[in-house]
Amino acid sequence: MNAEEIRQVILEILTRIAPDEDLSDLQDDVAFRDQMELDSMDFLDIVMELRKQYRIQIPEDDYQNLTTMNSTVAYLEPVLKDASSPA
Amino acid sequence: MSYDTIIIGAGLSGLSAGIRLAYFDRKVCVLERHTTIGGLNSFYRLRNRNYDVGLHAVTNYATPGTKTGPLSKLIRQLRLQWDDFQLFPQLQSAIVFGDRSLRFTNDFDFLTQEIKEQFPQQIDNFRRLAKMIDQRDDWSLDPKPLSAREVVSDHISDPLLVDMIFCPLMFYGSPTPHDMDLSQFIIMFKSIFCEGFGRPPGGVRSILKALVRKFKSAGGELHLRAGVRSILIKQNRAVGVVLDDGREIEARNVLSSAGSVETAKLCGHGTNVLPQIEPGEISFLESIFTLDRMPAELGHKQAIVFYNDSSRFRYECPADPVDLRSGIICSPNNFDYDSPLSEGTIRITALANPRHWFQLPEEEYVAQKKSWCDRIAESAVRYVPDFRPHALDEDTFTPRTIKKFTGHVNGCVYGAPQKVVDGKTQLENLFLCGTDQGFLGIVGSMLSGILITNQYLLR
Repeated sequence: MNAEEIRQVILEILTRIAPDEDLSDLQDDVAFRDQMELDSMDFLDIVMELRKQYRIQIPEDDYQNLTTMNSTVAYLEPVLKDASSPA
Repeated sequence: MSYDTIIIGAGLSGLSAGIRLAYFDRKVCVLERHTTIGGLNSFYRLRNRNYDVGLHAVTNYATPGTKTGPLSKLIRQLRLQWDDFQLFPQLQSAIVFGDRSLRFTNDFDFLTQEIKEQFPQQIDNFRRLAKMIDQRDDWSLDPKPLSAREVVSDHISDPLLVDMIFCPLMFYGSPTPHDMDLSQFIIMFKSIFCEGFGRPPGGVRSILKALVRKFKSAGGELHLRAGVRSILIKQNRAVGVVLDDGREIEARNVLSSAGSVETAKLCGHGTNVLPQIEPGEISFLESIFTLDRMPAELGHKQAIVFYNDSSRFRYECPADPVDLRSGIICSPNNFDYDSPLSEGTIRITALANPRHWFQLPEEEYVAQKKSWCDRIAESAVRYVPDFRPHALDEDTFTPRTIKKFTGHVNGCVYGAPQKVVDGKTQLENLFLCGTDQGFLGIVGSMLSGILITNQYLLR
Protein backbone atom coordinates (compact mmCIF):
# COMPACT_ATOMS: atom_id res chain seq x y z
CA MET A 1 0.00 0.00 0.00
CA ASN A 2 1.14 3.52 -0.64
CA ALA A 3 0.97 6.42 1.77
CA GLU A 4 -2.43 7.64 0.62
CA GLU A 5 -3.96 4.17 0.95
CA ILE A 6 -2.49 3.79 4.42
CA ARG A 7 -3.96 7.14 5.37
CA GLN A 8 -7.39 5.85 4.30
CA VAL A 9 -6.94 2.73 6.37
CA ILE A 10 -6.13 4.81 9.45
CA LEU A 11 -9.11 7.07 8.83
CA GLU A 12 -11.34 4.05 8.56
CA ILE A 13 -10.00 2.65 11.82
CA LEU A 14 -10.49 6.00 13.54
CA THR A 15 -14.07 6.05 12.27
CA ARG A 16 -14.67 2.63 13.79
CA ILE A 17 -13.12 3.51 17.09
CA ALA A 18 -14.60 6.99 17.46
CA PRO A 19 -17.67 7.15 15.23
CA ASP A 20 -18.92 10.42 16.72
CA GLU A 21 -15.86 12.38 15.70
CA ASP A 22 -15.86 14.59 12.64
CA LEU A 23 -12.72 13.58 10.79
CA SER A 24 -13.19 15.72 7.69
CA ASP A 25 -10.83 18.42 8.95
CA LEU A 26 -8.24 16.15 10.48
CA GLN A 27 -4.81 17.80 10.47
CA ASP A 28 -2.15 15.28 9.53
CA ASP A 29 0.64 16.96 11.44
CA VAL A 30 -1.27 17.53 14.69
CA ALA A 31 -1.50 14.84 17.36
CA PHE A 32 -4.71 12.77 17.17
CA ARG A 33 -5.23 13.34 20.88
CA ASP A 34 -5.31 17.09 20.36
CA GLN A 35 -8.03 16.88 17.72
CA MET A 36 -10.27 14.11 19.04
CA GLU A 37 -11.34 12.49 22.27
CA LEU A 38 -8.86 9.63 22.24
CA ASP A 39 -7.34 8.06 25.31
CA SER A 40 -4.89 5.23 25.83
CA MET A 41 -7.67 2.64 25.51
CA ASP A 42 -8.47 4.01 22.06
CA PHE A 43 -4.81 3.91 21.09
CA LEU A 44 -4.61 0.27 21.99
CA ASP A 45 -7.64 -0.27 19.83
CA ILE A 46 -5.91 1.34 16.85
CA VAL A 47 -3.02 -1.07 17.32
CA MET A 48 -5.40 -4.03 17.72
CA GLU A 49 -7.43 -3.05 14.65
CA LEU A 50 -4.24 -3.01 12.59
CA ARG A 51 -3.36 -6.42 13.92
CA LYS A 52 -6.85 -7.71 13.22
CA GLN A 53 -6.97 -6.42 9.65
CA TYR A 54 -3.36 -6.79 8.54
CA ARG A 55 -1.87 -9.27 10.95
CA ILE A 56 0.87 -6.86 11.96
CA GLN A 57 2.20 -6.63 15.49
CA ILE A 58 3.30 -3.27 16.78
CA PRO A 59 5.63 -3.47 19.77
CA GLU A 60 4.67 -1.31 22.72
CA ASP A 61 7.88 0.69 22.36
CA ASP A 62 6.74 1.82 18.91
CA TYR A 63 3.39 3.25 20.07
CA GLN A 64 5.03 6.66 20.32
CA ASN A 65 5.22 6.69 16.52
CA LEU A 66 1.47 6.76 16.25
CA THR A 67 0.85 10.26 17.54
CA THR A 68 -0.10 12.04 14.30
CA MET A 69 -1.42 10.90 10.92
CA ASN A 70 1.90 11.75 9.27
CA SER A 71 3.99 9.87 11.80
CA THR A 72 1.60 6.89 11.72
CA VAL A 73 1.66 6.66 7.93
CA ALA A 74 5.44 7.01 7.86
CA TYR A 75 5.78 4.25 10.47
CA LEU A 76 3.41 1.90 8.67
CA GLU A 77 4.68 2.39 5.11
CA PRO A 78 7.49 -0.16 5.31
CA VAL A 79 5.34 -2.55 7.36
CA LEU A 80 2.38 -2.47 4.99
CA LYS A 81 4.15 -2.04 1.64
CA ASP A 82 3.28 -5.56 0.57
CA ALA A 83 -0.23 -5.56 1.98
CA SER A 84 -3.06 -5.05 -0.43
CA SER A 85 -5.31 -2.08 -0.08
CA PRO A 86 -8.89 -2.75 1.06
CA ALA A 87 -11.27 -2.76 -1.91
CA MET B 1 -13.02 -28.16 22.56
CA SER B 2 -10.42 -25.57 23.40
CA TYR B 3 -10.78 -21.81 23.65
CA ASP B 4 -8.61 -18.76 24.22
CA THR B 5 -10.96 -17.68 27.00
CA ILE B 6 -13.95 -19.17 28.75
CA ILE B 7 -16.25 -16.60 30.29
CA ILE B 8 -18.43 -17.75 33.16
CA GLY B 9 -21.76 -15.92 33.18
CA ALA B 10 -23.78 -14.33 30.38
CA GLY B 11 -24.61 -11.15 32.24
CA LEU B 12 -23.68 -7.65 31.17
CA SER B 13 -20.03 -7.92 32.19
CA GLY B 14 -19.49 -11.38 30.71
CA LEU B 15 -21.12 -10.48 27.40
CA SER B 16 -19.16 -7.22 27.15
CA ALA B 17 -15.90 -9.04 27.79
CA GLY B 18 -16.97 -11.59 25.20
CA ILE B 19 -17.56 -8.92 22.56
CA ARG B 20 -14.09 -7.47 23.02
CA LEU B 21 -12.46 -10.88 22.76
CA ALA B 22 -14.51 -12.13 19.82
CA TYR B 23 -14.10 -8.88 17.91
CA PHE B 24 -10.34 -9.22 18.15
CA ASP B 25 -10.48 -12.77 16.87
CA ARG B 26 -10.06 -14.69 20.09
CA LYS B 27 -11.87 -18.00 20.32
CA VAL B 28 -14.25 -17.36 23.20
CA CYS B 29 -17.26 -19.00 24.76
CA VAL B 30 -19.65 -17.66 27.34
CA LEU B 31 -21.15 -20.29 29.64
CA GLU B 32 -24.41 -19.56 31.42
CA ARG B 33 -26.17 -21.87 33.87
CA HIS B 34 -29.58 -20.28 33.49
CA THR B 35 -31.93 -20.68 30.52
CA THR B 36 -31.45 -17.07 29.56
CA ILE B 37 -28.95 -14.23 29.54
CA GLY B 38 -28.71 -11.24 31.83
CA GLY B 39 -27.66 -12.53 35.23
CA LEU B 40 -28.36 -9.90 37.89
CA ASN B 41 -29.99 -7.78 35.21
CA SER B 42 -32.12 -10.37 33.50
CA PHE B 43 -35.71 -10.36 32.32
CA TYR B 44 -38.63 -12.76 32.35
CA ARG B 45 -42.18 -13.15 31.15
CA LEU B 46 -45.14 -13.86 33.40
CA ARG B 47 -48.85 -13.95 32.56
CA ASN B 48 -48.13 -12.34 29.20
CA ARG B 49 -46.09 -9.46 30.55
CA ASN B 50 -42.41 -8.69 30.27
CA TYR B 51 -40.58 -7.92 33.50
CA ASP B 52 -37.05 -6.71 34.14
CA VAL B 53 -35.29 -8.17 37.15
CA GLY B 54 -32.82 -5.43 37.89
CA LEU B 55 -33.31 -2.46 35.64
CA HIS B 56 -34.83 0.63 37.11
CA ALA B 57 -32.79 2.99 35.00
CA VAL B 58 -29.49 3.10 33.24
CA THR B 59 -27.17 5.58 34.92
CA ASN B 60 -24.45 7.63 33.23
CA TYR B 61 -26.99 8.97 30.75
CA ALA B 62 -25.51 10.98 27.88
CA THR B 63 -27.14 12.26 24.71
CA PRO B 64 -26.22 10.35 21.55
CA GLY B 65 -23.06 11.69 19.95
CA THR B 66 -21.46 12.63 23.26
CA LYS B 67 -17.75 11.94 22.96
CA THR B 68 -16.78 11.63 26.59
CA GLY B 69 -17.98 9.77 29.64
CA PRO B 70 -18.54 6.12 30.50
CA LEU B 71 -21.52 5.51 28.22
CA SER B 72 -19.73 6.88 25.16
CA LYS B 73 -16.65 4.87 26.10
CA LEU B 74 -18.47 1.60 26.34
CA ILE B 75 -20.39 2.14 23.10
CA ARG B 76 -17.11 2.78 21.31
CA GLN B 77 -15.32 -0.14 22.92
CA LEU B 78 -18.12 -2.55 22.03
CA ARG B 79 -18.34 -1.15 18.49
CA LEU B 80 -22.06 -0.49 19.05
CA GLN B 81 -24.22 2.46 18.05
CA TRP B 82 -26.12 4.80 20.35
CA ASP B 83 -29.26 3.42 18.74
CA ASP B 84 -28.51 -0.04 20.03
CA PHE B 85 -29.31 1.11 23.55
CA GLN B 86 -32.30 3.35 22.73
CA LEU B 87 -31.99 5.35 25.92
CA PHE B 88 -34.47 8.08 26.73
CA PRO B 89 -33.72 10.48 29.57
CA GLN B 90 -35.64 10.66 32.82
CA LEU B 91 -38.09 13.44 33.55
CA GLN B 92 -37.19 14.01 37.18
CA SER B 93 -36.38 12.07 40.35
CA ALA B 94 -36.42 12.88 44.03
CA ILE B 95 -34.94 11.99 47.40
CA VAL B 96 -37.59 12.26 50.12
CA PHE B 97 -36.79 11.98 53.83
CA GLY B 98 -39.98 12.56 55.78
CA ASP B 99 -41.08 16.04 54.80
CA ARG B 100 -37.72 17.12 53.33
CA SER B 101 -37.04 16.51 49.67
CA LEU B 102 -34.47 17.14 46.99
CA ARG B 103 -35.42 16.79 43.36
CA PHE B 104 -32.88 16.13 40.65
CA THR B 105 -32.74 15.70 36.88
CA ASN B 106 -30.03 14.86 34.38
CA ASP B 107 -28.90 18.46 34.69
CA PHE B 108 -26.55 18.78 37.65
CA ASP B 109 -27.31 22.50 37.96
CA PHE B 110 -30.88 21.60 38.86
CA LEU B 111 -29.70 19.67 41.92
CA THR B 112 -27.30 22.45 42.87
CA GLN B 113 -30.18 24.89 42.74
CA GLU B 114 -32.36 22.60 44.89
CA ILE B 115 -29.65 22.39 47.50
CA LYS B 116 -29.29 26.15 47.46
CA GLU B 117 -33.00 26.44 48.22
CA GLN B 118 -33.40 23.55 50.66
CA PHE B 119 -30.04 23.68 52.43
CA PRO B 120 -28.76 27.23 51.94
CA GLN B 121 -26.13 26.87 54.68
CA GLN B 122 -24.56 23.98 52.80
CA ILE B 123 -24.41 25.26 49.25
CA ASP B 124 -20.75 26.30 49.37
CA ASN B 125 -19.88 23.00 51.01
CA PHE B 126 -21.77 21.13 48.34
CA ARG B 127 -19.94 22.99 45.60
CA ARG B 128 -16.61 22.13 47.20
CA LEU B 129 -17.63 18.49 47.35
CA ALA B 130 -18.75 18.49 43.71
CA LYS B 131 -15.44 20.04 42.66
CA MET B 132 -13.42 17.41 44.53
CA ILE B 133 -15.47 14.67 42.92
CA ASP B 134 -15.07 16.16 39.47
CA GLN B 135 -11.30 16.10 39.76
CA ARG B 136 -11.02 12.42 40.64
CA ASP B 137 -10.32 9.63 38.19
CA ASP B 138 -13.27 7.25 38.25
CA TRP B 139 -12.56 3.89 36.74
CA SER B 140 -9.15 3.14 38.11
CA LEU B 141 -8.23 -0.51 38.64
CA ASP B 142 -6.05 0.55 41.53
CA PRO B 143 -7.87 2.71 44.07
CA LYS B 144 -7.08 2.55 47.75
CA PRO B 145 -10.06 1.99 50.07
CA LEU B 146 -11.23 5.12 51.87
CA SER B 147 -14.41 5.93 53.77
CA ALA B 148 -16.72 8.02 51.63
CA ARG B 149 -18.75 9.02 54.67
CA GLU B 150 -15.70 10.57 56.33
CA VAL B 151 -14.73 12.50 53.24
CA VAL B 152 -18.29 13.70 52.55
CA SER B 153 -18.73 14.70 56.18
CA ASP B 154 -15.54 16.73 55.91
CA HIS B 155 -17.32 18.81 53.32
CA ILE B 156 -21.00 18.79 54.35
CA SER B 157 -21.82 19.57 57.95
CA ASP B 158 -25.55 18.78 57.96
CA PRO B 159 -25.98 15.02 58.63
CA LEU B 160 -29.42 15.04 56.99
CA LEU B 161 -27.95 16.29 53.72
CA VAL B 162 -25.12 13.75 53.97
CA ASP B 163 -27.66 10.93 54.32
CA MET B 164 -29.85 12.31 51.53
CA ILE B 165 -26.87 12.39 49.18
CA PHE B 166 -25.83 8.88 50.14
CA CYS B 167 -29.32 7.42 49.83
CA PRO B 168 -29.62 6.99 46.02
CA LEU B 169 -25.94 6.14 45.69
CA MET B 170 -26.18 3.35 48.20
CA PHE B 171 -29.48 2.00 46.90
CA TYR B 172 -28.03 1.86 43.40
CA GLY B 173 -24.62 0.55 44.15
CA SER B 174 -23.38 -0.13 47.67
CA PRO B 175 -22.54 -3.64 48.78
CA THR B 176 -21.60 -2.36 52.23
CA PRO B 177 -23.88 -1.19 55.01
CA HIS B 178 -23.67 2.40 56.31
CA ASP B 179 -20.73 3.60 54.23
CA MET B 180 -19.16 3.22 50.80
CA ASP B 181 -15.67 3.11 49.46
CA LEU B 182 -14.77 6.62 48.27
CA SER B 183 -13.98 5.56 44.71
CA GLN B 184 -17.30 3.76 44.44
CA PHE B 185 -19.05 6.82 45.90
CA ILE B 186 -17.44 9.00 43.25
CA ILE B 187 -18.44 6.65 40.45
CA MET B 188 -22.04 6.58 41.71
CA PHE B 189 -22.21 10.34 42.36
CA LYS B 190 -21.15 11.09 38.80
CA SER B 191 -23.32 8.35 37.34
CA ILE B 192 -26.49 9.45 39.09
CA PHE B 193 -26.21 13.15 39.85
CA CYS B 194 -23.84 14.48 37.20
CA GLU B 195 -24.87 12.32 34.26
CA GLY B 196 -28.27 10.94 35.20
CA PHE B 197 -30.84 8.32 34.28
CA GLY B 198 -32.07 6.93 31.01
CA ARG B 199 -34.14 3.94 30.05
CA PRO B 200 -34.85 1.97 26.90
CA PRO B 201 -38.61 1.54 26.23
CA GLY B 202 -38.07 -2.19 25.87
CA GLY B 203 -36.23 -2.48 29.18
CA VAL B 204 -32.98 -4.32 29.72
CA ARG B 205 -33.92 -6.91 27.13
CA SER B 206 -33.04 -4.49 24.33
CA ILE B 207 -29.58 -3.85 25.77
CA LEU B 208 -28.90 -7.53 26.30
CA LYS B 209 -30.07 -8.44 22.82
CA ALA B 210 -27.76 -5.82 21.31
CA LEU B 211 -24.86 -7.32 23.23
CA VAL B 212 -25.66 -10.90 22.22
CA ARG B 213 -26.11 -9.90 18.57
CA LYS B 214 -22.73 -8.23 18.56
CA PHE B 215 -21.07 -11.07 20.39
CA LYS B 216 -22.37 -13.73 18.04
CA SER B 217 -21.72 -11.77 14.87
CA ALA B 218 -18.14 -11.31 16.01
CA GLY B 219 -17.82 -15.08 16.25
CA GLY B 220 -18.40 -15.64 19.97
CA GLU B 221 -20.15 -18.75 21.25
CA LEU B 222 -22.91 -18.55 23.83
CA HIS B 223 -24.02 -21.67 25.70
CA LEU B 224 -27.09 -21.50 27.90
CA ARG B 225 -28.07 -24.23 30.36
CA ALA B 226 -24.31 -24.78 30.64
CA GLY B 227 -23.55 -24.22 34.30
CA VAL B 228 -19.98 -24.49 35.45
CA ARG B 229 -19.51 -26.96 38.27
CA SER B 230 -15.80 -26.35 38.76
CA ILE B 231 -12.72 -24.68 37.35
CA LEU B 232 -9.95 -27.12 36.43
CA ILE B 233 -6.60 -26.19 37.86
CA LYS B 234 -3.25 -27.75 37.02
CA GLN B 235 0.07 -26.49 38.29
CA ASN B 236 -1.38 -23.25 39.47
CA ARG B 237 -3.07 -22.41 36.20
CA ALA B 238 -6.70 -22.63 35.17
CA VAL B 239 -6.85 -25.06 32.27
CA GLY B 240 -10.57 -25.12 31.74
CA VAL B 241 -13.87 -25.90 33.40
CA VAL B 242 -16.15 -28.82 34.15
CA LEU B 243 -19.83 -28.30 33.41
CA ASP B 244 -22.73 -29.50 35.55
CA ASP B 245 -23.24 -32.34 33.08
CA GLY B 246 -19.63 -33.47 33.46
CA ARG B 247 -18.30 -32.21 30.13
CA GLU B 248 -14.87 -30.62 30.26
CA ILE B 249 -13.95 -27.57 28.25
CA GLU B 250 -10.36 -26.40 27.88
CA ALA B 251 -9.17 -22.85 27.66
CA ARG B 252 -6.04 -20.80 27.99
CA ASN B 253 -7.77 -18.28 30.24
CA VAL B 254 -10.88 -18.15 32.40
CA LEU B 255 -12.81 -14.99 33.17
CA SER B 256 -15.50 -15.33 35.81
CA SER B 257 -18.40 -12.97 36.42
CA ALA B 258 -19.99 -15.35 38.91
CA GLY B 259 -18.78 -13.42 41.93
CA SER B 260 -15.67 -13.74 44.12
CA VAL B 261 -17.04 -16.13 46.76
CA GLU B 262 -18.80 -18.09 44.04
CA THR B 263 -15.65 -18.31 41.90
CA ALA B 264 -13.55 -19.40 44.85
CA LYS B 265 -16.05 -22.23 45.36
CA LEU B 266 -15.66 -23.28 41.75
CA CYS B 267 -11.94 -23.64 42.36
CA GLY B 268 -12.58 -26.06 45.19
CA HIS B 269 -11.82 -26.11 48.89
CA GLY B 270 -8.19 -26.17 49.81
CA THR B 271 -7.22 -23.76 47.07
CA ASN B 272 -6.62 -20.16 48.01
CA VAL B 273 -7.34 -18.66 44.67
CA LEU B 274 -8.86 -15.63 46.31
CA PRO B 275 -8.41 -14.15 49.76
CA GLN B 276 -11.07 -15.08 52.28
CA ILE B 277 -13.91 -12.81 51.27
CA GLU B 278 -17.04 -12.45 53.34
CA PRO B 279 -20.21 -12.67 51.30
CA GLY B 280 -22.39 -9.59 51.18
CA GLU B 281 -25.55 -9.02 53.17
CA ILE B 282 -27.32 -6.36 51.19
CA SER B 283 -30.30 -7.68 49.32
CA PHE B 284 -33.74 -6.49 48.33
CA LEU B 285 -37.36 -7.38 47.91
CA GLU B 286 -39.08 -5.85 44.95
CA SER B 287 -42.73 -5.73 43.90
CA ILE B 288 -43.70 -4.73 40.40
CA PHE B 289 -47.27 -3.48 39.93
CA THR B 290 -48.92 -3.22 36.53
CA LEU B 291 -51.54 -0.47 36.54
CA ASP B 292 -54.67 0.21 34.56
CA ARG B 293 -53.40 3.70 33.72
CA MET B 294 -50.19 5.68 33.46
CA PRO B 295 -48.65 6.85 36.76
CA ALA B 296 -48.78 10.42 35.42
CA GLU B 297 -52.58 10.16 35.31
CA LEU B 298 -52.46 9.60 39.06
CA GLY B 299 -50.31 12.70 39.45
CA HIS B 300 -47.03 10.85 39.70
CA LYS B 301 -44.46 12.14 37.23
CA GLN B 302 -41.15 11.23 38.79
CA ALA B 303 -38.99 8.46 37.41
CA ILE B 304 -37.37 7.38 40.68
CA VAL B 305 -38.21 8.33 44.26
CA PHE B 306 -35.78 7.35 47.00
CA TYR B 307 -37.62 7.56 50.29
CA ASN B 308 -36.75 7.31 53.95
CA ASP B 309 -39.16 8.01 56.77
CA SER B 310 -36.77 9.73 59.16
CA SER B 311 -33.73 11.98 59.03
CA ARG B 312 -31.26 9.13 59.55
CA PHE B 313 -30.90 6.66 56.70
CA ARG B 314 -30.07 3.10 57.74
CA TYR B 315 -28.66 1.19 54.82
CA GLU B 316 -28.06 -2.27 56.23
CA CYS B 317 -29.40 -5.79 56.31
CA PRO B 318 -32.64 -5.30 58.26
CA ALA B 319 -33.60 -7.33 61.32
CA ASP B 320 -37.09 -7.63 59.85
CA PRO B 321 -37.75 -9.60 56.68
CA VAL B 322 -38.22 -6.28 54.84
CA ASP B 323 -37.25 -2.77 55.89
CA LEU B 324 -40.31 -0.57 55.66
CA ARG B 325 -38.50 2.61 56.66
CA SER B 326 -36.97 3.26 53.27
CA GLY B 327 -37.17 2.21 49.66
CA ILE B 328 -37.22 3.08 46.00
CA ILE B 329 -40.28 3.80 43.90
CA CYS B 330 -39.52 3.44 40.22
CA SER B 331 -41.94 4.39 37.44
CA PRO B 332 -40.52 3.18 34.12
CA ASN B 333 -43.11 5.33 32.34
CA ASN B 334 -41.70 8.62 33.57
CA PHE B 335 -38.98 8.97 30.97
CA ASP B 336 -38.99 11.19 27.91
CA TYR B 337 -39.90 8.48 25.38
CA ASP B 338 -41.02 9.08 21.79
CA SER B 339 -44.27 7.32 22.55
CA PRO B 340 -45.78 6.04 25.80
CA LEU B 341 -45.16 2.53 27.05
CA SER B 342 -48.07 0.14 26.59
CA GLU B 343 -48.88 -0.09 30.30
CA GLY B 344 -48.32 1.87 33.49
CA THR B 345 -45.94 0.29 35.99
CA ILE B 346 -44.70 1.04 39.47
CA ARG B 347 -41.89 -0.89 41.13
CA ILE B 348 -41.20 -0.71 44.84
CA THR B 349 -37.92 -1.93 46.23
CA ALA B 350 -36.82 -2.26 49.83
CA LEU B 351 -33.94 -3.77 51.78
CA ALA B 352 -34.61 -7.36 52.77
CA ASN B 353 -33.05 -9.92 55.11
CA PRO B 354 -31.74 -12.80 52.96
CA ARG B 355 -31.60 -15.42 55.70
CA HIS B 356 -35.25 -14.97 56.52
CA TRP B 357 -36.30 -15.50 52.93
CA PHE B 358 -34.06 -18.52 52.33
CA GLN B 359 -35.41 -20.39 55.33
CA LEU B 360 -39.14 -20.31 54.61
CA PRO B 361 -40.87 -23.44 53.42
CA GLU B 362 -42.41 -22.95 49.98
CA GLU B 363 -46.03 -22.31 50.99
CA GLU B 364 -45.05 -19.91 53.70
CA TYR B 365 -42.72 -18.19 51.24
CA VAL B 366 -45.50 -17.51 48.77
CA ALA B 367 -47.79 -16.20 51.53
CA GLN B 368 -45.12 -13.92 52.93
CA LYS B 369 -44.25 -12.51 49.51
CA LYS B 370 -47.85 -11.41 49.23
CA SER B 371 -48.09 -9.97 52.71
CA TRP B 372 -44.82 -8.04 52.49
CA CYS B 373 -45.76 -6.79 49.05
CA ASP B 374 -48.90 -5.28 50.59
CA ARG B 375 -46.87 -3.78 53.39
CA ILE B 376 -44.25 -2.12 51.23
CA ALA B 377 -46.96 -0.71 49.00
CA GLU B 378 -48.60 0.73 52.10
CA SER B 379 -45.27 2.17 53.16
CA ALA B 380 -44.58 3.66 49.72
CA VAL B 381 -47.92 5.42 49.28
CA ARG B 382 -46.81 7.91 51.90
CA TYR B 383 -44.60 9.30 49.13
CA VAL B 384 -46.52 8.71 45.90
CA PRO B 385 -50.20 8.77 44.97
CA ASP B 386 -52.02 5.61 45.96
CA PHE B 387 -51.74 3.39 42.93
CA ARG B 388 -53.11 0.29 44.68
CA PRO B 389 -56.74 0.56 43.48
CA HIS B 390 -55.34 0.63 39.95
CA ALA B 391 -53.13 -2.45 40.12
CA LEU B 392 -54.03 -5.09 37.53
CA ASP B 393 -51.29 -7.52 38.43
CA GLU B 394 -48.13 -7.74 40.47
CA ASP B 395 -45.08 -9.87 40.89
CA THR B 396 -42.62 -9.92 43.75
CA PHE B 397 -39.11 -11.18 43.94
CA THR B 398 -36.94 -11.67 46.97
CA PRO B 399 -33.32 -12.50 47.84
CA ARG B 400 -34.34 -16.12 47.30
CA THR B 401 -35.38 -15.43 43.71
CA ILE B 402 -32.12 -13.63 43.02
CA LYS B 403 -30.03 -16.43 44.47
CA LYS B 404 -31.99 -19.04 42.55
CA PHE B 405 -31.52 -17.40 39.18
CA THR B 406 -28.06 -15.91 39.48
CA GLY B 407 -26.23 -18.12 41.95
CA HIS B 408 -25.00 -15.03 43.77
CA VAL B 409 -24.62 -15.89 47.45
CA ASN B 410 -27.24 -14.32 49.74
CA GLY B 411 -29.00 -12.91 46.68
CA CYS B 412 -26.73 -9.89 47.00
CA VAL B 413 -27.19 -7.80 43.94
CA TYR B 414 -24.16 -5.69 44.77
CA GLY B 415 -22.00 -8.63 45.66
CA ALA B 416 -19.39 -8.92 48.37
CA PRO B 417 -18.27 -5.80 50.26
CA GLN B 418 -14.61 -6.45 49.61
CA LYS B 419 -14.03 -5.95 45.91
CA VAL B 420 -11.29 -7.39 43.76
CA VAL B 421 -10.76 -4.19 41.84
CA ASP B 422 -7.76 -5.34 39.82
CA GLY B 423 -9.67 -8.47 38.81
CA LYS B 424 -6.75 -10.76 39.60
CA THR B 425 -6.67 -14.04 41.50
CA GLN B 426 -3.81 -16.24 42.71
CA LEU B 427 -3.95 -18.04 39.37
CA GLU B 428 -2.21 -16.03 36.69
CA ASN B 429 -4.88 -16.76 34.08
CA LEU B 430 -8.08 -16.62 36.13
CA PHE B 431 -9.72 -13.20 36.35
CA LEU B 432 -12.88 -11.67 37.78
CA CYS B 433 -15.21 -9.15 36.26
CA GLY B 434 -18.63 -7.85 37.13
CA THR B 435 -20.16 -7.03 40.47
CA ASP B 436 -17.33 -8.38 42.63
CA GLN B 437 -14.63 -6.69 40.59
CA GLY B 438 -16.42 -3.62 41.78
CA PHE B 439 -17.94 -1.60 38.97
CA LEU B 440 -21.65 -1.80 39.61
CA GLY B 441 -24.79 -1.08 37.71
CA ILE B 442 -25.56 -1.52 34.09
CA VAL B 443 -22.87 0.77 32.69
CA GLY B 444 -20.42 -0.19 35.43
CA SER B 445 -20.68 -3.90 34.80
CA MET B 446 -20.21 -3.50 31.05
CA LEU B 447 -17.14 -1.38 31.67
CA SER B 448 -15.89 -3.97 34.11
CA GLY B 449 -15.96 -6.67 31.44
CA ILE B 450 -14.28 -4.35 28.95
CA LEU B 451 -11.55 -3.00 31.22
CA ILE B 452 -10.54 -6.35 32.69
CA THR B 453 -10.42 -7.88 29.21
CA ASN B 454 -8.34 -4.98 27.85
CA GLN B 455 -5.97 -5.17 30.79
CA TYR B 456 -5.25 -8.89 30.84
CA LEU B 457 -6.74 -10.80 27.93
CA LEU B 458 -6.00 -8.66 24.90
CA ARG B 459 -2.37 -7.82 25.40
